[in-house]
Amino acid sequence: MLLIECPHCGPRAEIEFRYSGEAHMVRPAAAAACDDATWAAYLYLRDNVRGEHAERWRHTHGCGQFFNVVRDTLTDRVVTTYPAGHARSAAGGEI
Amino acid sequence: MKFSGLALLRQSLGGHRGWDRQWRSPEPKAAYDVVIVGGGGHGLATAYYLASVHGVTNVAVLERGWIGGGNTGRNTTVIRSNYLFDESAALYNHALDLWPGLSAELNYNLMFSPRGVMLLAHTLHDVHITKRHVHSNRLHGIDNVWLDPVEAKAFCPPLDISERARYPILGAALQKSGGTARHDAVAWGYARAASALGVDIIENCAVLGIGRDATGSVVGVETSRGPIGARKIGVVAAGATSTIMDMAGVRMPLESHPLQALVSEPVKPCFPCVVMSNTVHAYISQSDKGELVIGAGADQYPSYSQTGGVHQLTLAVEAICEMFPMFGRMRMLRSWGGTVDLTPDRSPILSDTGIAGLYVNCGWGTGGFKATPGSGHLFAHHLATGSAHPIAAPFSLDRYTTGRLIDEAAAAAVAH
Ligand SMILES: Cc1cc2nc3c(=O)[nH]c(=O)nc-3n(C[C@H](O)[C@H](O)[C@H](O)COP(=O)(O)OP(=O)(O)OC[C@H]3O[C@@H](n4cnc5c(N)ncnc54)[C@H](O)[C@@H]3O)c2cc1C
Ligand SMILES: [Zn+2]
Repeated sequence: MLLIECPHCGPRAEIEFRYSGEAHMVRPAAAAACDDATWAAYLYLRDNVRGEHAERWRHTHGCGQFFNVVRDTLTDRVVTTYPAGHARSAAGGEI
Repeated sequence: MKFSGLALLRQSLGGHRGWDRQWRSPEPKAAYDVVIVGGGGHGLATAYYLASVHGVTNVAVLERGWIGGGNTGRNTTVIRSNYLFDESAALYNHALDLWPGLSAELNYNLMFSPRGVMLLAHTLHDVHITKRHVHSNRLHGIDNVWLDPVEAKAFCPPLDISERARYPILGAALQKSGGTARHDAVAWGYARAASALGVDIIENCAVLGIGRDATGSVVGVETSRGPIGARKIGVVAAGATSTIMDMAGVRMPLESHPLQALVSEPVKPCFPCVVMSNTVHAYISQSDKGELVIGAGADQYPSYSQTGGVHQLTLAVEAICEMFPMFGRMRMLRSWGGTVDLTPDRSPILSDTGIAGLYVNCGWGTGGFKATPGSGHLFAHHLATGSAHPIAAPFSLDRYTTGRLIDEAAAAAVAH
């Protein structure tokens, strides 16, 4: 079980959280106008990296907030966590 | 060497010291007509059918580790075909049709055991969705019947159908032609049969890059054992697929998650069939060695660690003990994890890729072992002829753009 540091509540066990997919996925600005391939990429295509992965989690059994985690998918080690809306590099340092 | 009663007798007289290696272990050639990336069951089956059905024998299977060391050798071997949608039912039933004759065809005992797969319904919602599956399957000519609790217990006596059960059993769907098979034997049997037809099986050979010419067509692969030329490449790498497709600049609709299972100490035969419960997410069967084989749900986060959270195993074991109180004191022997490639609609991908010569077979996620023969058979057709077999055609990558998903996830079909 992962130990995840919620930026608002501190370190808690994984079962308090819900994984919510790859982070920093940007919805196409003109959603109604964009072509099918762009929309498909936004909805379905993922980096699925081996290594450091930026992902959204929600503290469902705590503060209820979404936030971001950088985690190494080879070791499952949590590298850093930071509030939603923050850029990955700014909060995560050299990653 | 052909396996037979006579061969066994002859070998036993010689103290079993005369058995050959089951497949050749050649040095890679400079180039092949087809290179398969990934030596799991699906990759090996693809190579076997390329050679046996299509006469394409200048084929190599490149495996990073050892044959069957991926999900093929880590799965809980449930075989069934009672999926909801037309496309899935046709796909999985194509595989189920191949299982009964496969040991004889490969001359290798796969220990295919159609002992019946029972899916429990614990809630009214389960009853509705399960009956919908039964009816849909019946229309497709797929064997699946509804049992009331008493009938379910008659088929599987260890079931607790009493009213005080924590997860009451309101009925069950039973696919009698489903069951289990020996996972390692499937990999070894296909490897041996493919090798005998001229396919090179190259272990300890990780693919590190995909080479392309000026027009964009594939020309070969970079590997840990040097460059190998290829006119066509079939990527059949389960959890590692995104990484390999990235070598050709293709992003995939996949997330790789841990999926865990565990086995108990071996005991005498006590559990006659496979029982699965979608609602409490646990499933169980007894291997021919006597171990109870128990599967858990997938971990929620993507990972390549081949380990998952202990709470997932706990949940599965708790559910098993509630449903089968007689297992309350069984001791667990081993647990392990695999890396399963999940698609958004939980249906597999058998497809070309927009890159000439590059094909992909992946996304089987938590439930592809059962499909091994069918998947290999259909993908070999695609690689040999250049166009998808009609059964595989709906499973192309472009369904994520057209929106024609085959949403077995939303249909509440169980995993595995
Ligand atoms: C715990 C668990 C339980 C399961 N239970 C069931 C079940 O009951 N029923 C069912 O139907 N399915 C089940 N599955 C799913 C099933 O195991 C898979 O869908 C199926 O085995 C996939 O087969 P494959 O040949 O595609 O993949 P794999 O057997 O994983 O083969 C892929 C191979 O590619 C190799 N590879 C990766 N990267 C490279 C590279 N760069 N170069 C060369 N080779 C590479 C890997 O080493 C691996 O051997 C389960 C899976 C798990 C993990
Ligand atoms: Zn919190």
